[in-house]
Amino acid sequence: MTKIIEPKKQRNIFSRPSSEEGVWSWITTVDHKRIGIMYGYAAFFFLLVGGLEALLLRIQLSQPDNNFLSAAEYNAMFTMHGTTMIFLAIMPISAAFFNYLLPLQIGARDVAFPRLNALSFWIFIAGGLFLYSTFLFGTAGAPEGGYLAEEVSRLASAPNGGWFGYQPNAGLKYSPGTAMDYWAIGLQILGIASLVSAFNFITTILNMRTKGMRLMRMPVFTWMTFAVSFLLAFSLPIIAIALFFVTFDRQFGTTFFLTEGGGDPVLWQHLFWLFGHPEVYILILPAFGIVSEVLPTFSRKPLFGYPAIVFAGFGIAFIGFGVWAHHMFASAISPVAQAGFGLSTMIIAVPTGVKIFNWLGTIWGGKLTLNTPMLFALGFIGMFVIGGLSGVTHSVVPADTQQTDTYYIVAHFHYVLFGGALFGIFSGLYFWFPKVWGRMYNETMGKIHFWLMIIGFNLTFGPMHWLGLQGQVRRTWVYAEETNLGFWNLIVTIGAFILAIATLVFMANWIYSRRKGEVAPFDPWDARTIEWSIPSPTPVWNFSNAPEVKSLDDFWHQKYGEDEDGRAVRREGTDDLLLQLEEEGLNPKEEIHLPSPSYFPVIMAFGLPFLGYAIIYKSIPLAMIGVIMLLIGGFGWGTEPLEEEFESSEEEPESRESKNYE
Amino acid sequence: MSDAHAYPHEPTGVETRKLGFWVFLSTEILFFGTLITTFLIFKGRDFPGIKLTDVYDIPFTSVSSFVLLMSSLTMVLAHNALETNDQEKTRVWLLATAMLGAVFLAGQIYEFTEFYHKGFELSTNIFSSTFYVLTGFHGLHVFIGVVLLLALWGIGQRQKGLSLNEGMNLEFIALYWHFVDIVWIVLFTVVYLI
Repeated sequence: MTKIIEPKKQRNIFSRPSSEEGVWSWITTVDHKRIGIMYGYAAFFFLLVGGLEALLLRIQLSQPDNNFLSAAEYNAMFTMHGTTMIFLAIMPISAAFFNYLLPLQIGARDVAFPRLNALSFWIFIAGGLFLYSTFLFGTAGAPEGGYLAEEVSRLASAPNGGWFGYQPNAGLKYSPGTAMDYWAIGLQILGIASLVSAFNFITTILNMRTKGMRLMRMPVFTWMTFAVSFLLAFSLPIIAIALFFVTFDRQFGTTFFLTEGGGDPVLWQHLFWLFGHPEVYILILPAFGIVSEVLPTFSRKPLFGYPAIVFAGFGIAFIGFGVWAHHMFASAISPVAQAGFGLSTMIIAVPTGVKIFNWLGTIWGGKLTLNTPMLFALGFIGMFVIGGLSGVTHSVVPADTQQTDTYYIVAHFHYVLFGGALFGIFSGLYFWFPKVWGRMYNETMGKIHFWLMIIGFNLTFGPMHWLGLQGQVRRTWVYAEETNLGFWNLIVTIGAFILAIATLVFMANWIYSRRKGEVAPFDPWDARTIEWSIPSPTPVWNFSNAPEVKSLDDFWHQKYGEDEDGRAVRREGTDDLLLQLEEEGLNPKEEIHLPSPSYFPVIMAFGLPFLGYAIIYKSIPLAMIGVIMLLIGGFGWGTEPLEEEFESSEEEPESRESKNYE
Repeated sequence: MSDAHAYPHEPTGVETRKLGFWVFLSTEILFFGTLITTFLIFKGRDFPGIKLTDVYDIPFTSVSSFVLLMSSLTMVLAHNALETNDQEKTRVWLLATAMLGAVFLAGQIYEFTEFYHKGFELSTNIFSSTFYVLTGFHGLHVFIGVVLLLALWGIGQRQKGLSLNEGMNLEFIALYWHFVDIVWIVLFTVVYLI
């Protein structure tokens, strides 16, 4: 019986990386599980940074006429908070789930293009570091004679035009200095990372499914990954071009968004939100997928209306491209457009509502286990409904023009993105914790985390609704004492600190359970999908043999039959089946060839920031470094095979065709 | 039997790499779509200053467009030659494709220079900005295509020649090249003719 066999070393530009442990094995890995874990940790790091920025904002707003942050610092902090949370925290955490789970859920050995997968991860890291290097190298000046002119702190030397960088405010005239260039180019780089991963996931889902895994047998999480990948693939090019225009405007004197040369600032809004609204669904759909896995497992019932959930997901993704102008009701768009986009905004609530009712139908009459993942999933439904309802109010144009740029909006999108997306993500982190680490998390600490989080969350964002309706304007660093907004703002700040404590509890639980947690049983949740039919932690090779799937929720049906009343009855011999699966999973019978690690994705990825700096500082040498890194990476990549030749083997060596599938 | 065969893949029946490539091309449509939309939005604007119609030379651009279209033909010939495993013809047609692409690029550079001399510069006004960014973005694609074609031609010079299963596959470059050509047909119509 052979395990993974050692690849023969072969000289390319460099000899092939071969370490299996240590830092280099992680840097050069192409294993989707390791990449997923790295995505998770990196994104969580940025989540903490973004959270810290939010706390600074909240300290500043905790009392009227506060002086904790200067206006310029406040602008930088809210811009970086939004940008970080969206592009560097939620999106990559979702990518972590996609990476780790997708191949497992469809029964594949890896994603379709393992090295491309490593490339997206490293581009994400490179883009994140590039964006944050603005705190070291960036400058955010102020327009001549502007009230910000005297302030020059490092904290303020970050992008300050808001996460949606409205023009002409984010243009060179009103945002001089290089900070907004860091923002535009940083997002451009991050966009490439997401685009590349979208190609990869679409192809993986279409082409790497195991035997019998028809589309309508795929787990809902896989379906949502599919929908998100399409959203990414079709919305990111739009923002890429728009950011391209911004960079041209700022660097090369064009006037795409500036009226001086005949350009149009509203065009930026259209392009941005044509990306930005699908982006909202990019952030929320993975959470939809996660709770659609968690709820049936802990209700011990099949998901209610599987096809409806799947099609509703795609309905949301599709209609999501037709609602963008509801972000612009206060801008110059015609009454007809306002009416149309108001209507489409109401319509998109329908598939979302379908999902909510499906989840309620799933838990209805089920035998609920209220453990941490389930609590977060239930919390998700509650919070998301609140956020969804305040969302529908935006479709009423006259009301929306009152709410625009107030804290009501801030409350709304935090209910969907924090109460929605992040609660779903926490649910998933707990749910798959045993799968990834082979240990159980601490349930008590998990529950403390949940209750602190839901209390802190509602204290933070609930009062923002009435603050907004009372007229507190977002993105404004002070409010006057006479406005009487002080009390609720203080409550909001206290809530934000409770959230910070909750996060610390989560981290403590994670660190403790990773080391000392109970060893997880083989199938701790009596789960439904095939990723639980292999040992935990997942072996490097995933499945020893390609599984054959016979139905939706295949693993469940292997374990359970039905009696005459349609109730689930555990089959005889299920325990033996589990033992046998574990035995097989740990001891593959055949030789397993895994894609070999590679240096080239990292090299290519870190070439991009050099190109970014080259554009900002108009430096030919930096551009040369970037191009050379891209060329070395590309050439090395193109000429190295996905898997190295294998040395001795009792069996026939790989045939040529099967090797080069990347 | 090796494991890669035991492991089933490609339920769609399309080779995985090719499928991924089609997904990539589908996003390229969005890139160009956004640029073309922007171009069209500004084309009708009433803004004073020099316009493309004041500087362009349609017969010249028609000729260079024709050259680019012919390169699609030579690309097909290269592909056909490889299917019959005629290595020498494959190389010849690949080189011809690259050269035709290079001629097109040279035409574009000449055209840009001419426009600049006539005062139609990148930052002159919105008409010039949209023109240069749109056609420049396409030109960049042609340039990358030429580099890829030359690389493939270089690989074909090796003793064993090219194979259809080669890591850097002629078929993908052909798909890319045809795509870039089709985009130019749209661009030529939108930018110069209407």
